[in-house]
Amino acid sequence: MTTNFATSPARVRALFERIQQNRYLGLIGLAVALLAPFVTATNYALSVMTSALLFVMLAVGLNIVVGYCGLLDLGYAAFFAIGAYVSGILATRYGWPLLATVPVVIVAAVVAGIVIGGPTLRLRSDYLAIVTLGFGEIIRITANNLTITGGPSGIYGIPGITLLSLDLSSPVGLYYTCVVVVALAVLGAARLGRSRLGRAWRFIREDEDAAEAMGINTYRVKLAAYIGGAIWGGLAGILFGAQLSAISPPSFTFLWSALILMAVVLGGMGSTPGVVLGAIVISVLPELLRQAADYRYFIFGILLIIVMIFRRQGLWPARAAERQSRRDMRKAKEHDLPKAKEVVP
Amino acid sequence: MSTQEPAPLLQVQDLHLDFGGVKAVDGLTLQVNEGDVLSIVGPNGAGKTSAFNCITGFYKPTGGSITLEGVDITGLRPSAIAARGTSRTFQNLRLFGELTVLDNVRAGMHLRLRQNALDALLHTPRFRRSEREATDEANRWLDFVGLRGDRGGLARNLPYGEQRRVEIARALARGPKLLLLDEPAAGLNYGEKNELLDLLHRISVLGIAIVLIEHDMDLVMQVSRRVVVLNFGREIADGTPEEVRRNPAVIEAYLGKDDADEATSEEMSHE
Repeated sequence: MTTNFATSPARVRALFERIQQNRYLGLIGLAVALLAPFVTATNYALSVMTSALLFVMLAVGLNIVVGYCGLLDLGYAAFFAIGAYVSGILATRYGWPLLATVPVVIVAAVVAGIVIGGPTLRLRSDYLAIVTLGFGEIIRITANNLTITGGPSGIYGIPGITLLSLDLSSPVGLYYTCVVVVALAVLGAARLGRSRLGRAWRFIREDEDAAEAMGINTYRVKLAAYIGGAIWGGLAGILFGAQLSAISPPSFTFLWSALILMAVVLGGMGSTPGVVLGAIVISVLPELLRQAADYRYFIFGILLIIVMIFRRQGLWPARAAERQSRRDMRKAKEHDLPKAKEVVP
Repeated sequence: MSTQEPAPLLQVQDLHLDFGGVKAVDGLTLQVNEGDVLSIVGPNGAGKTSAFNCITGFYKPTGGSITLEGVDITGLRPSAIAARGTSRTFQNLRLFGELTVLDNVRAGMHLRLRQNALDALLHTPRFRRSEREATDEANRWLDFVGLRGDRGGLARNLPYGEQRRVEIARALARGPKLLLLDEPAAGLNYGEKNELLDLLHRISVLGIAIVLIEHDMDLVMQVSRRVVVLNFGREIADGTPEEVRRNPAVIEAYLGKDDADEATSEEMSHE
């Protein structure tokens, strides 16, 4: 009886770890996303699910900056706004198809990343957070004041997405477009995170000076994280415009930046599955709490506080250890007593 | 100081570093040749680590010049200096604690890995090859420093002595011509110190010049080909371990003026 009490939490934990390390997890997630409309396909459900996907994309993009690189960015919605506005303006005023705006949006996001990141990334931690907060507001207020962005009333009549002759502007078409784009975005961010560049981001997060001592130009690598985040945000902005067909400055307030950041922290900074889960929770939970009417954001807040008290590392923290493949172990054994000369690069 | 010879690996000329009124380094001149094993010793506050930080770019010197293989590196950013073939460890271990041991060593290889963001996104053959090579090389360096602990685990979970080894492996993975070690023996037990001694010999055999700051005189006397003694930010002696041990100025710096006359080299030799 007593042993049962002692072992069962351990067993549950082991099972949870096995699920966490499952390499098919991403495919399972994709299958769920693909099959969801067969369960419920009302316009309301599709719109909630599409918003959740956009949120996932934003959270994964911000995770590059905050989770991997450890740079606190409180103005992430600025990049989202830039993507939405650039594609919206080109589509409504110049009649471009939305897909054709993708390269322009990427360029605009890169430029914005450099303009915002260039001067600010010399700052550390808290100062950076304050400056990014300011830039987020500057972008929104600029959109509010310019005529090309439509001022306070914004841009409306943004067309849906069409791929060659295929019209994807219906709610179902848009949903599946988002599934594909967001799946690629999640995969891409995760792959970047496991590459040379992704490791350099983590080195900076852990110890900037030690990273410099290893020859890593921390300024450029931080800028790369910022640009990466900007591209993810900008592309999400295109989908956002396509979904709502109208955008205006109030769509890009600080609340957005805060909610995206919350998704990253809630899910587990630096953890791809964690951040995806966090984004889904943050975007869907308020909808599920709709019955609570006026109290729903209150309950939402309480739930978030409870999670952060009991699971500070996030719902699904990043996997710490690296499993060594059998091949590596074997290789390591072969070199048990290395000749000094073999090691010279 | 002859000019006919090829430029020394590292030449520090009249280096100054002031913090307000405090002269941390006050006119240091130092030369390191290829294959040297040079120890920098001196009382606490003598400017050893400050000089290290100037050489590696973490502090901007207020005067003087530093050249590496004849190229002026004074005031460059640390990463640029590291890229030119230097590598260092820190006095208080600066590992990436929340990352795996293997990742820590891979940090040293950052500049040599041939892969870009596009390779990573598409998992091209080039990416796979470069990752495989990085893992193999990281394992070889960990073998070289004799790490026994779990390589896939977090660096902070290793015992202290093992963490020291990982830091040296990381510095070696940078592929340096010049390795700067800041108190590598600090906190090590007797057995670990002997292993460090052996490791330093093997590093030297690789043709890497070593500069170490060290308080452990046994280690300094056994491993160094040259010893430089600093006091108040200046060099007060430079020579073989034997010469430095007998140098009156050194004895004075360590024991104070009054004792210097009677003192034997007891304090420095532990023999």
